[in-house]
Amino acid sequence: MNNELIMNAIYGGALIGLSAVFLMLTLGRIAGISGITSGLLSLNLKRQDLWRGTFLIGLLIGPLVYLAIGGQTPEVVIDKGFVYMIAGGLLVGFGASLGSGCTSGHGVCGIARISPRSLVATGVFLTTAIITVLLSR
Amino acid sequence: MKEIAAFIAGLQFSLGLILSGMTNPENVIGFLDITGNWNPALAFVLMSAVVVTGIGYRLVWKRSQPMYEATFSVPTNRVLDKRLIIGSGIFGIGWGLVGLCPGPALASVFTENGVKALIFIAAMVGGVLLQRNLTTLIERRPALKVPVNNS
Repeated sequence: MNNELIMNAIYGGALIGLSAVFLMLTLGRIAGISGITSGLLSLNLKRQDLWRGTFLIGLLIGPLVYLAIGGQTPEVVIDKGFVYMIAGGLLVGFGASLGSGCTSGHGVCGIARISPRSLVATGVFLTTAIITVLLSR
Repeated sequence: MKEIAAFIAGLQFSLGLILSGMTNPENVIGFLDITGNWNPALAFVLMSAVVVTGIGYRLVWKRSQPMYEATFSVPTNRVLDKRLIIGSGIFGIGWGLVGLCPGPALASVFTENGVKALIFIAAMVGGVLLQRNLTTLIERRPALKVPVNNS
């Protein structure tokens, strides 16, 4: 791993942090992607949930803005097949919903708040993810 | 204003994921695969994001309220329950299988691998709905034993 990749990781991480701080400053909300977007999975959406939709649009169009500014699309290499996509998606959705958060809500915002629940959640999902990768090699 | 602020935050988040290489599952799997050719990028991303968020949150919380809302909506639950641990464990298995989690999956829809990302997202939505229905079913059982009606 070269210095440029490390610097990009640090700058990109800082940008994610700035996004979380901005959302707290303006709306007083935690930047947890699973929480924000799963709030849209409801049959009676209210006017006060509209911000969830605009956050999602911003998240979705990121690659297009990146292309417009940088002139290239982000590299996304997915070597796994469709069965993996379905199984992985089901487990991620089910688990984030049951565990009240994902990598962003627990891993970034929760650890930054020094929340005991998020520290435990992050330790648990990092462990099971590492074991899963070891077993699937 | 609320909607514009949320849009800016979403876009910032997405660009942060892209710049740091976290929309690429190869980098995530490379981090999780501790016995292989270990790629530490995710650790730098997480550290950097946590430091900026930690300092920023403390500055923001000096205010009496957010700019466009009456109160801060910060979780106050501190109980380490079974749901948290089992849910996070299941989440990690899915994350490790593909190398995608909700943020990067959504930020990959408009890329070369958008079809796979969309399938992952559809399954993710299915997983959330399944969890909600199962929990409702499980929680409804003991409720039948409670005859008290306060209405």
